[in-house]
Amino acid sequence: MYIIIVGGGSVGYYLCKALLSEGHEVLVLEKNAAKCERFEDELGSVCVRGDGCEAAILAEAGTSRADIFIATTDEDEDNLVACQVAKHKFSVPRTIARINNPKNEKIFKKLSVDCTISVTNLILEHIEEEIPTHPLIHLLTMGEERTEIVEIRIREGSTAVGKSVKELSLPLDSILALVIRNGEKPRVPTANTILEADDRIIALTTTDSEEALRKELTGS
Amino acid sequence: MNVIIMGCGRVGAQLASLLDAEGHKITVLDVDAYSFRRLPPPFGGTALVGDGTDEEVLKKAGIEEADAFVAVTQGDNRNVMAAQIAMHIFGIPKVLCRIYDPLRRDIYEALGLEAISPTTVFAQLLKGKLLAT
Repeated sequence: MYIIIVGGGSVGYYLCKALLSEGHEVLVLEKNAAKCERFEDELGSVCVRGDGCEAAILAEAGTSRADIFIATTDEDEDNLVACQVAKHKFSVPRTIARINNPKNEKIFKKLSVDCTISVTNLILEHIEEEIPTHPLIHLLTMGEERTEIVEIRIREGSTAVGKSVKELSLPLDSILALVIRNGEKPRVPTANTILEADDRIIALTTTDSEEALRKELTGS
Repeated sequence: MNVIIMGCGRVGAQLASLLDAEGHKITVLDVDAYSFRRLPPPFGGTALVGDGTDEEVLKKAGIEEADAFVAVTQGDNRNVMAAQIAMHIFGIPKVLCRIYDPLRRDIYEALGLEAISPTTVFAQLLKGKLLAT
């Protein structure tokens, strides 16, 4: 596949390296001459100096035959414009933008960027996983509908302890998929499954309902 | 008319004071409070420190009640992003955007943004003046 990367910072550099090793054709667009040189020295001629938001540079880079276009600079507005120019002027089928301000995720989607990677959210999620007392852990976010898989620990003293699944008022778009209990095999809960303290629940939910689900299962 | 102007440079400040003098309700946004020195003393509108590409800041500036939004910061991409937020997220009926790069202006004009390239406008003006003699 032909992949164009805008921004030769550390994200652009390691992404380029990884994609090259997978055998893809990769081109990096970077404004800074010193950064371009580093690519030249270490990875060969994979970097063109220029502004990845400029149509003339993108034309030169052969953007119209690119399969994927990835904007990785640390300025959200630059990533937005680069992806929009690639999409609307060069009809690139898949555009991916790095986002630093998590609030921009929704805006970018609305403005026709195909995929967004929120760096700040990723870091937060990984740190959450490392804090054992955190009641809700994000395991996976899927697709456009903002569906996510989360793990929730039922704490001692939570109002959910001793209740059956049907007694809980779960958000409509949330499903409890699995109950993991110490020393037992994980099982799919039924309406009559009674929750116990220290149960770990794997649930399917959405970004909007996550908070309501967390409250229902861990509230006291 | 209720107008939000993003960017209080020479153009933004002058536009703000012209509209203010005609009795319009003006809010000027800039990331640097020092820029507001350009607003003349009789300016009766609101000056707000904040980034116009941030939804929350726009809400604070009263974008939900605004009739028009003008993006005139130094950065083409910032202007483009803020103008699109005003247009597509908040549904502002009149959105104007400065884009220095003529090629980029053409792309966004095609996407429905009312964009002005001072580069093109000024070059044409100069050409007209030169050839008129």
